[in-house]
Amino acid sequence: MLLIHCPYCDETLPEPEFAYAGEAHIARPADPMALSDEEWKDFLFVRSNPRGTHFERWRHIHGCGRFFNAARDTVSDKFVMTYRAGEPRPNLDALKEAAE
Amino acid sequence: MTHYSAFALLKNALSGHKNWREQWPDAQPKAEYDVVIVGAGGHGLGAAYYLAKEHGITNVAVIDKGWLGGGNTGRNTTIIRSNYLYDESARIYDHALDLWENLSQEINYNVMYSKRGVLMLAHNVHDVQSFKRHIHSNRLNGVDNRWLTPEEAKAFCPPLNIAKDARYPVMGAALQMRAGTARHDAVAWGYARAAAARGVDIIQNCPVIAIRRGPDGAVQGVDTAKGFIKAKKVAVSAAGNTSVVLQSAGLRMPLESFPLQALVSEPIKPVFPCVAMSNAVHAYISQSDKGELVIGSGTDQYVSYSQRGGLPLIEHTIAAICEVFPIFSRMRMLRKWGGIVDVTPDRSPILGKLPVKGLYVNCGWGTGGFKATPGAGHLLAWTVAKDEPHPINAPFTLERFTTGRLIDEAAAAAVAH
Repeated sequence: MLLIHCPYCDETLPEPEFAYAGEAHIARPADPMALSDEEWKDFLFVRSNPRGTHFERWRHIHGCGRFFNAARDTVSDKFVMTYRAGEPRPNLDALKEAAE
Repeated sequence: MTHYSAFALLKNALSGHKNWREQWPDAQPKAEYDVVIVGAGGHGLGAAYYLAKEHGITNVAVIDKGWLGGGNTGRNTTIIRSNYLYDESARIYDHALDLWENLSQEINYNVMYSKRGVLMLAHNVHDVQSFKRHIHSNRLNGVDNRWLTPEEAKAFCPPLNIAKDARYPVMGAALQMRAGTARHDAVAWGYARAAAARGVDIIQNCPVIAIRRGPDGAVQGVDTAKGFIKAKKVAVSAAGNTSVVLQSAGLRMPLESFPLQALVSEPIKPVFPCVAMSNAVHAYISQSDKGELVIGSGTDQYVSYSQRGGLPLIEHTIAAICEVFPIFSRMRMLRKWGGIVDVTPDRSPILGKLPVKGLYVNCGWGTGGFKATPGAGHLLAWTVAKDEPHPINAPFTLERFTTGRLIDEAAAAAVAH
């Protein structure tokens, strides 16, 4: 079972308290009407689906109810770190630091 | 290839079963092939077989990073059905069902296809309306499916709990009689043997590192752990790893990979005559010929390549099974595992050409790929051989996510399949 750290509650809790909410850092286009069909497809449907570090959203649905982001390895399922929604995507050095 | 028959069995019995030959040779890669298929699961091996048999293309290699059929082909719950809502889906899944009918005879390998019927349980008014709509739609498409009252469902599947005060009351069920199960390993082995007999090379334990493209953008071949293999055409049928493989060709796919778990109980005497599925509480169950109860449900919620999945989902699945079939509440489970399924936004597969010359894909079958195995192989072979889709798989393009012509079985079923 995944143990997930909620950055708002500052507690590490079991997976059933949380709901997965898809890939993180996908910003809705500022002007959707200006997008081509191809770009709209990329926004709506195309996902990075990496075999490795994945940036994703979780919601502490049975706790504080808030959305936050996480970096997790999709092969080991191990969380590298979690961080609050709105914070920028951490760079790899920061990830390494967090892992150590 | 030795022809398998009752006579061959008898002959080999007399010599103490010492003279059986290997079913197919473990090939090493040649420098060049007409077609390279990435992924030696049922779909990829099936495609190789139909390429050789129906299109006369025998200079084919099927390459897999692991062992043959060790991915989702050997990890699913072996359910076969075709009672999908939309016309396109009904056609593609029923095409597979037509091929299942004679598959054992066709490839001279007993795949143990068992038309035991698939029962889909309705637990609420929405289920009843939705399943009846499916039944009408199926009938218009020539797909068998009929409605059973709770009492009829109980008569067909005696372990079912239809008590009025049950936590998940059964308000009826949809029954597809032509649906059922098959022996999943045998499908991969049978196709491998039949394809190898026609000259196809099956190369195991050879990860494909990248798809190589030439200066004109067309496919040149694949870089593998055993070196570069030149190929005129490359077909990717790599399930959960499809987006990783295709990324090396510069393509980003509308796919996400999730763990799908299954588990089996200790073997018991025959007690469960059919396949029963419950979409509302999300669990399904059947009994293998060995006697194990085979149980599955939906995917884990998070993207993963771990082939494990988490225990909360197993707990949810077992809780549902125990409520609907209280007879099994004291069964002991033997083992559980996970496979990585590639899921599209509309829960329908992508089967066809890609915007790269010489590159084809068969992916996105999500949680329901096993049932489609012969059909997917057959249609992929057609698409590769003729460089254009068969009318049945023509709607299942990658381009539908740009044009908006989705085949939205996700919305139709409200669950993963």
